[in-house]
Amino acid sequence: MTGLDTARVRAVMGKEMRDYRRKRSIVVTMAILPFLFLIEPVVTIFLVPTTTAISGPDTYVILPLLYLLLIPSVMPSTLAAYSVVGEREQGTLEPLLTTPISQQEFILGKAAAVMIPTMMLSYTVFGLFLAAVALFAKSVVASAVFYQVPVLLALFLLTPLLAGWAIVVGMAVSVRASEVRVAQQLSMLASLPPVGLILLLAVGVIHPTFAVAFIFAVVLLAIDVRALRIVSKMLDRERLVTGSRAARS
Amino acid sequence: MVGDSKLGLKTDEASRRIPSDSKSPPALVVDRLTKCFGERIAFSDVSFEVAHGEVFGFLGPNGAGKTTTVRALGTLIAPTSGTATVAGIPLSPENGMEIRRRVSIMPETPGLYLRLTVTENLEYFAGLYGLRQPGARIIDALEAVNLGDRAGDLCGGLSKGLRQRVALARTLLSDPVIMFLDEPTSGLDPVAAREVHELISDLRQKGVTIFLTTHRLEEAEELCDRVAILDTTLRTVGRPAELRAQLFKSALVVRTLVPLSDPDQVFNDIVTVEGWTSDDPGSYVLSVSDLRLAAPEVTRCLVRAGADVLSISEAQHSLEDVYLELIDDDVEAHRR
Repeated sequence: MTGLDTARVRAVMGKEMRDYRRKRSIVVTMAILPFLFLIEPVVTIFLVPTTTAISGPDTYVILPLLYLLLIPSVMPSTLAAYSVVGEREQGTLEPLLTTPISQQEFILGKAAAVMIPTMMLSYTVFGLFLAAVALFAKSVVASAVFYQVPVLLALFLLTPLLAGWAIVVGMAVSVRASEVRVAQQLSMLASLPPVGLILLLAVGVIHPTFAVAFIFAVVLLAIDVRALRIVSKMLDRERLVTGSRAARS
Repeated sequence: MVGDSKLGLKTDEASRRIPSDSKSPPALVVDRLTKCFGERIAFSDVSFEVAHGEVFGFLGPNGAGKTTTVRALGTLIAPTSGTATVAGIPLSPENGMEIRRRVSIMPETPGLYLRLTVTENLEYFAGLYGLRQPGARIIDALEAVNLGDRAGDLCGGLSKGLRQRVALARTLLSDPVIMFLDEPTSGLDPVAAREVHELISDLRQKGVTIFLTTHRLEEAEELCDRVAILDTTLRTVGRPAELRAQLFKSALVVRTLVPLSDPDQVFNDIVTVEGWTSDDPGSYVLSVSDLRLAAPEVTRCLVRAGADVLSISEAQHSLEDVYLELIDDDVEAHRR
């Protein structure tokens, strides 16, 4: 087993980023989707009745904040699902697999190329939301939002971890799928478990405390790391090139 | 082991090895390599050697297993049985990365990123090969394929021929010990194909080992030091001239102004003539045991018979004749 060559990981990531920039539809989709997710929380916060006395965890405030976690949960799955099967469909996978790149380097490079724009956009949208609340929301509402420290912490901590889950699942589907459309549809379904968890938090079945956020983050991190290793092992050159698994003699 | 051909071709161990006049150690040693996908045999019991600096042609019909052999030797797929040494390294899953470092493969389709420029495509692959500061290497590779002036063009805007050349430049980047070129002139117009031929000739001059799969027999004849003909199993290996000599008996083609009234009487008495056929009036193909002895004797007999001789020449057989003779035989066998 050879070590990880970060230069090769960066090469894959750099190529992906260049490719995104050149395809306008990818950039537009990437940019629009998070901002659509921003509308509902902003509207909700600005419609909080002024007569409502807000103190401590409150659904009016927590729900919009947790809603923002849908961005890293859903946004990367389409790109991740395209990552391997897309290369296969456009005939670029075989030349790539003839190079000395390892499975881990390939998967990490691809994953990073989806993770970076996802995090940038997610944090930008969070920032815009908090800025809008600080500047334009009623002071009682604004202070209630900034009072939700565990939720805000969860927001920042869980963003890369939820994105990581969506990416590894999307890539796992992409490695096995025979065509891009199937991969993208399946990967959307795979984003549902974290969405379900967010909903449980939002409706109060699980109470969003610092401890819950921390445990949730640790578990998700462990799952992401393990899943990344599994996906690397799934990247079987023979299967990808010929469509059938290598026979072990 | 001897794989006897009913056509009289030698496919023994000696012919599969690199020629004895080769001074360099083999770049590629393949020994009884077999690949099956379930019940289907892609190629079976394939053995040959390729010397350093040799251009080795790998010929065969569609589905013969040429591309699968290249993929196996390039560590993209695992052989079912047999062994191979690629660029001095035993072929095994553990050695995959090391082998891929030393070889480069140009698949049949260029597989370029169409939204990236020519240079960006090459930069990407330079990064994958771990080349630091690849600028000069990229310029050299592009110059080698006459694409220096198209470096900034998007690959999506290039013609098929130009894309093929970019793919060829990509294989040059890593300075490989062995280059596997899978149908490099497929779909190219004659001018573009000629340029690729010139590039391969240049690379041969520089001592690069080239494993060339092709359907174009004139290409193999022109470029390759030796060729192998594969149709799931290896049908033959050797220099084109040797294969012709092995497969076809020496023959003279005689043309006369007026058809001979009794060819049997003329030819049967010549000791060196073993038989004759005639497809056209006034044209005769004589199988002879020794060309040097037969030609003057045949001339004398024809003159003695009062024939108006237009020409007497040695029958020429191309690599295509060798190929068709072998592959037609397989096709007939399949039909039966």
